[in-house]
Amino acid sequence: MKQIKSILVIGNGMVGYKFCEKFVVKEAAENFKITVFGEEPRPAYDRVHLSEFFENGDAKALEMAPRSWYEEHNIELITNERVTDIHRASKTITTINDKTFSYDYLVLATGSSAFVPAIKGVEKEGVFVYRTIEDLEGMMAYADKLKKSNPDAKAAVLGGGLLGLEAAKAVMDMGLEPHVVEFASKLMPRQLDTRGSSVLKNKLETMGIHIHLSKATNKILGEQSITGMEFGEYDKINVDMLVVSAGIRPRDELGKTCGLKMGTRGGIVVNNKMQTSDPEIFAIGEVALYNNMIYGLVAPGYEMADVAVDQILGTSETLMSPDIDMSTKLKLIGVDVASFGEPFMPVEKGYSIIFENKTKDLYKRINVSHDGKKLLGGILIGDASDYNMFHQIYLNGLPIPEDAEELILGARGEGSSSFGSAMDIPDAAQVCSCESVTKGAICSSITEGGCNNLADVIAKTKVTTGCGGCKPMVVDLVNETLKSLGKEVKNSICEHFEYTRQELFGVIKIKKLKTFDEAIDTCGKGDGCEICKPLVASIFASLYNDTANKEEVIQDSNDKFLANIQRNGTYSVVPRIPGGEITPDKLIVIGQVGKKYNLYTKITGGQRIDLFGAQLNDLPAIWKELIDAGFESGHAYGKSLRTVKSCVGSSWCRYGMDDSVGFAIELENRYKGLRSPHKFKGGVSACIRECAEARGKDFGIIAVEGGWNLYVGGNGGATPRHAQLLAEQIDNETVIKYLDRYFMYYIRTAAPLMRTSTWLDKLEGGIDQLIKIVVDDSLNIAAELETEMQGLVDAYQCEWKQAIENDDMVSRFQHFVNSEDTDDTIVFVPMREQLQPIAWDK
Amino acid sequence: MDTILNTYNTVKESEVKVWFKAAEVSKFAKDGGVCVKYKDKQIAVFNFQRRNHWYACQNVCPHKMEMVLSRGMIGDDKGIPKVACPMHKKTFSLESGENLNGDLEAIATYPVKVENNFVYIGFSE
Repeated sequence: MKQIKSILVIGNGMVGYKFCEKFVVKEAAENFKITVFGEEPRPAYDRVHLSEFFENGDAKALEMAPRSWYEEHNIELITNERVTDIHRASKTITTINDKTFSYDYLVLATGSSAFVPAIKGVEKEGVFVYRTIEDLEGMMAYADKLKKSNPDAKAAVLGGGLLGLEAAKAVMDMGLEPHVVEFASKLMPRQLDTRGSSVLKNKLETMGIHIHLSKATNKILGEQSITGMEFGEYDKINVDMLVVSAGIRPRDELGKTCGLKMGTRGGIVVNNKMQTSDPEIFAIGEVALYNNMIYGLVAPGYEMADVAVDQILGTSETLMSPDIDMSTKLKLIGVDVASFGEPFMPVEKGYSIIFENKTKDLYKRINVSHDGKKLLGGILIGDASDYNMFHQIYLNGLPIPEDAEELILGARGEGSSSFGSAMDIPDAAQVCSCESVTKGAICSSITEGGCNNLADVIAKTKVTTGCGGCKPMVVDLVNETLKSLGKEVKNSICEHFEYTRQELFGVIKIKKLKTFDEAIDTCGKGDGCEICKPLVASIFASLYNDTANKEEVIQDSNDKFLANIQRNGTYSVVPRIPGGEITPDKLIVIGQVGKKYNLYTKITGGQRIDLFGAQLNDLPAIWKELIDAGFESGHAYGKSLRTVKSCVGSSWCRYGMDDSVGFAIELENRYKGLRSPHKFKGGVSACIRECAEARGKDFGIIAVEGGWNLYVGGNGGATPRHAQLLAEQIDNETVIKYLDRYFMYYIRTAAPLMRTSTWLDKLEGGIDQLIKIVVDDSLNIAAELETEMQGLVDAYQCEWKQAIENDDMVSRFQHFVNSEDTDDTIVFVPMREQLQPIAWDK
Repeated sequence: MDTILNTYNTVKESEVKVWFKAAEVSKFAKDGGVCVKYKDKQIAVFNFQRRNHWYACQNVCPHKMEMVLSRGMIGDDKGIPKVACPMHKKTFSLESGENLNGDLEAIATYPVKVENNFVYIGFSE
């Protein structure tokens, strides 16, 4: 009979969890029984993304794995139970509740606690550390209390490192005025140099974070609770809350009391097998002192977990790497920050190349060996898109251009990336660190594993499924490998059309094709599908301004019924309210319609009103009432212009510099019904306070002294992006002229379902190129684009009006072809004085 | 919810006991779908003109149990005629009912015939 050995894991944090995860997939795991002790009340969660807890308040979403995962893998998880003693002689431990457990192997993954410096008054109410979900909950409750008595309450974060800046974002999200206090003369002192720090500081300050550098805090002021911080005799700030994030201290007390070898400044000493001075006791993560260092990053912690697993199972050749890669890339409050290899460079080791552009908050520094052949490290702020490639070059010692400055400046000047190809990195290079996938594994999944595209490769190797940061590089590798096999890599629309959208647009235009059958018979094959049909319909619309009533069977399913399908198969109704301006009489009509048809009503983000829960059969009658009252379709269902949002502007606002509402209405009416590769939205603000949030739109117009500034390519949504400046101080006619050209060019050249922000990203030469085309007319097509746009504008008609005036079209809205009945399976339930569809079964 | 799905079972042409007279051919959009009511059943019927063929299947999408397949777009997947649900673009073979882009349960399909300008759907009960 096999002897089952017992492993006790003390600590259920990210690294402790990782140990379990890596252990249970091993074959020999069945010979062991794992018991995990956690002192926090809940199972291990993702501490790195702690600040997300504010955004959703959902602790479960941060869990590394639910409790049931531990059960499924036969791991006993004991939470809320702190281990108090280790008895090495008897190989047992005891817990705070005096329970005793015996072990064959002990894994210490106790992590660290926040380091709280001994400052006078640090015990006052309102001083927090930033470490656990409970800490966060405490902060949130305190912030709520503060805001009730003082809406302008301020909070300081002590510590300007990685975690401190995260904490600053957290307090900002709580609605407090954020202040960061750092002892050193720069932010993120371990990762950034002084110049990089100053670029980051400027950027963060424009976002409303106050930064105080070189401040040694003497004293926390206040009676019972904190009211301020004192740095010198006359140097202090008033704050109502303080979050201490000044570093970590290993939770090494268990090691100390049982006599394991400790570092002079704390931490349990381990060798490269992760063994402590007692070979049956392992230490991993932030409690382990390896190379005389505590590593506060997740990646080295995970590697330690991996080593400990293999060592316990007897795979002795897995050892901890002698050099730990401390490279990091992150988005701090929307700002890219990356640091890799040796970020600073003593002159005896190499030299640095630095690029800085303060107007764009960009800083790039690379450090190169004296012979100019090796990349030793660097710092990227504002734009870290080259990080993956730099990191690989650094890790693998890849050759760099003879003129190393090309790495950051590009061969053609600012911004562009400069290397040959991702294929240059060695096969052993790890591309996806979450799933440990090497470049070799990715390429051979295609050359030998039978994968034919990115989706196949992802399914086979799990690459990109973790954080997704490696995706751009994986796409390059997959495309290059396919190319090397002579397989064509083409963004063709689908199996029916071997063209890109732009190519098909050209063919349909030249051959003057007018129906889907003509298009597929002339330049495609098969019968079409849900991808190519709406795409061809959209091209027809852009070329001939057909409404969605023409060939309704090839329209996107929402376009087919001129309404957005909702969760229970009912539809929503959105009349156009240009610029968000509406008379009381029209508001009353919307109210009456909502009441009559029992619709759920809500104000949308685009300054109009959405009526939900309309049954298909009722749509024509609802629209007839709205149209009779002077409304038109809002095209909320279409890949077309949605709204042009506006602030109230100079007609009422004491700061307004121009009539933003009037201009927004004019623009919305000009471009309404215009169908395009994806939806697009606009905004007009009457001053730089930007109440219309115009720079988050596909086009944004802001009144300034002497005219309007026109911005393009902005987006909210999943990847928020500020619109970029296309032209400054231009008059109304010029705005329209440039917008006509910009839209038409986008409509002609964008891929299907590509928003303007992505399109602009992919446009060779970016905004500079777009300015050349739109403003300078470098392609000599401006007149043609304007004429095409005017043609579309002139051909506009309200497609709902068209639909209700035609009996054939009205019949489309019957639920049954052979009965006047409505769908009786639809069930509504009450919600806050209105109704909603019944919930979906899981 | 399973009870809804249980009311829909594939009928082969040889099993048809009732040919239900649904509606005139002209009521069916070319290359599109409509919904036919038969007793307590909702049946999606597609006039796939490009293939010169008619197809019928359950109207309920097995993904979220909504009565919407008749409003979906039709087409082909490597030659197999299919319908795409308007909710989340799940696609189903109009011949076998199989879910072509996932592993949902297959949908039930029904035989269709056209006689004297009328469309009939075959049921076994």
